[in-house]
Amino acid sequence: MKHGILISDHDKAEAVTWRRAGRESPPRPGPRQAHDHHDGRVPLSRPGADGRKWTARRRRVVANLTGWSFAAPATLIIVGLTLFPAAWAFLISREHWNGLTPARQIGWDNYRQMLHDPDFKSAVNHTVLFTVLYVPVVLALGMFLAIALNRKIRFIAFYRTALFMPLVVSAAATGILANFVFDQQFGLANNVLRVLHLPRQGFLADRHEAIWVIALIYLWINLAFSVIVYLAALQDIPTECLEAARMDGANRWQQFRHVILPSLAPVTVFVGVWNTISVLQIFELVLTTTHGGPLGASQTIVFFIYNQAFNLSRYGYGSAAAYVLFGATLIISLGLFAYARRSKIEAF
Amino acid sequence: MSRLSHTISRASRWHLLLMPLSLLFLLPLVQMVLASFTSNADINRFPPRFIPSALHIGGYVRLFRDAPVARWMLNSVIVSGTAIVSHLILCSLGGYAYARLSFRGRTVAFVTLVATIMIPTQMLMIPTYFMFSDLGLINTLGAAFVPFLTSAFGVFLMRQFFLSLPKDLEEAGRIDGLTTFGVFFRIVLPLARPALATLAVFTLLNSWNDLLWPLIAINDPSKFTIQLGLINFQGAHHIDWQELMACNVVATAPLILGFLIAQRQFVQTMSMSGIKG
Repeated sequence: MKHGILISDHDKAEAVTWRRAGRESPPRPGPRQAHDHHDGRVPLSRPGADGRKWTARRRRVVANLTGWSFAAPATLIIVGLTLFPAAWAFLISREHWNGLTPARQIGWDNYRQMLHDPDFKSAVNHTVLFTVLYVPVVLALGMFLAIALNRKIRFIAFYRTALFMPLVVSAAATGILANFVFDQQFGLANNVLRVLHLPRQGFLADRHEAIWVIALIYLWINLAFSVIVYLAALQDIPTECLEAARMDGANRWQQFRHVILPSLAPVTVFVGVWNTISVLQIFELVLTTTHGGPLGASQTIVFFIYNQAFNLSRYGYGSAAAYVLFGATLIISLGLFAYARRSKIEAF
Repeated sequence: MSRLSHTISRASRWHLLLMPLSLLFLLPLVQMVLASFTSNADINRFPPRFIPSALHIGGYVRLFRDAPVARWMLNSVIVSGTAIVSHLILCSLGGYAYARLSFRGRTVAFVTLVATIMIPTQMLMIPTYFMFSDLGLINTLGAAFVPFLTSAFGVFLMRQFFLSLPKDLEEAGRIDGLTTFGVFFRIVLPLARPALATLAVFTLLNSWNDLLWPLIAINDPSKFTIQLGLINFQGAHHIDWQELMACNVVATAPLILGFLIAQRQFVQTMSMSGIKG
């Protein structure tokens, strides 16, 4: 602080000391200046208390302006593209609106209607089924593959490249490719079955198989993300820990169970939440493979929302479904974090 | 000697697992490329032929004749390019503000920003559609890149990076008489190259592969991005597998090539986006 007063005529250096002092207010005038002020009637041009107060305020204004000119563009765009539409979606969700004629306020009717809508229920069921099929597998396989890839063996670069590459392929391209691979007549999958003398399958065209096949394709695209996150976490485990365990005579399974697994717990919570949220929003892959079919057998919540809004022009109903999805997402992720905190896992 | 063979057998156990799995993961992509060079006669006969009898480039010829694929690619390049440039500028400015500058409302704004990460994009598609229509963005490329101009995750990433930098250089710059902007552009930004590269790859992946926004906002074929073009093309040519696979290859090739060239950077980006939130 003293230093700050000493060089306070030097604009920039002073700003530095303020920042160093944290978010404190600018230096108060010393006793000499206060005395000066008491004498009163000091012209602003003289380096007196009024002048100081004025420059301090001016500096604060300048700091605010500078700060906001850095922060405002990104902040405004993000708020404008997320919070604003989120609030608007809530208003729409309480309306009956087809986008053309004026909207009619109907309170919670859209939400009530959802409870009795068999289409919505089956969309929820399919989405839950996707989640249950996908999340445990991606966690287990992700961790296992990360451990497998975390070693210096031959071809490791090839293995990593091969396993990570699907990550850069879009949902649209994957969907079209999947249609080809799982095509009933010309597809690779059925040809493998034929060579193995196994019965031909309907895959995406089969009501009972479609969800399984889509979950498998989803795994193909997204497995790498979990593997990469686990790999980064594995590399953060201090080698001394593993060495110490080995010294104490722990076998490979014990090393895994008592050293590796506990260190991966926080990242597992994160990967679990991340994958749950993303699979709850599964949409583009469904759109490009089955289009929700056959006979609605793979319709998911987001596909339901999209269909209600952009095919049937029922924007209010679609928005209500979107809010239900948001609520579910929020509850699940907060629940998992609460669970993690209670079990003393530091997730973030 | 026995120790050596022991090590080898232990390593080869992993190979037994990893080799088939890697091939399985690569197989669909290999088939995509092969099929784009296989004539439809070979694809459609029974049993189908997976290795082309000769290099048939007919699929690509038909593709560029039937659809404005070059235009779609150009559109995607424009969209991703705009998104990346804007992301780099806005996120680093914002990240710097929240890491280093003190101004009124900073904490509230930052908490709000981080909270928006929780809002799923799909939930916003209906109001965003009407917002775009009010802003005149429907049927323009703007609809495809405006959602990617900046992101809370990007701001957060840059902020974390700036917090990790030592303050000494910035303070030295101040004492040498640079303004805040001067310090940012002359001193901080050149140091931020690794974080900017991560952010660029992140934005490229998201904007190039996005289907949702173009899908709801663009109907005009001359404004399609390559992803939207791809699924529309699928609707129109679902019989012509060779042509469809050629289209798939064209749409996918840029990112696959990028991944093969800069794999380390891509993987780095993915593991960074694992620390978000």
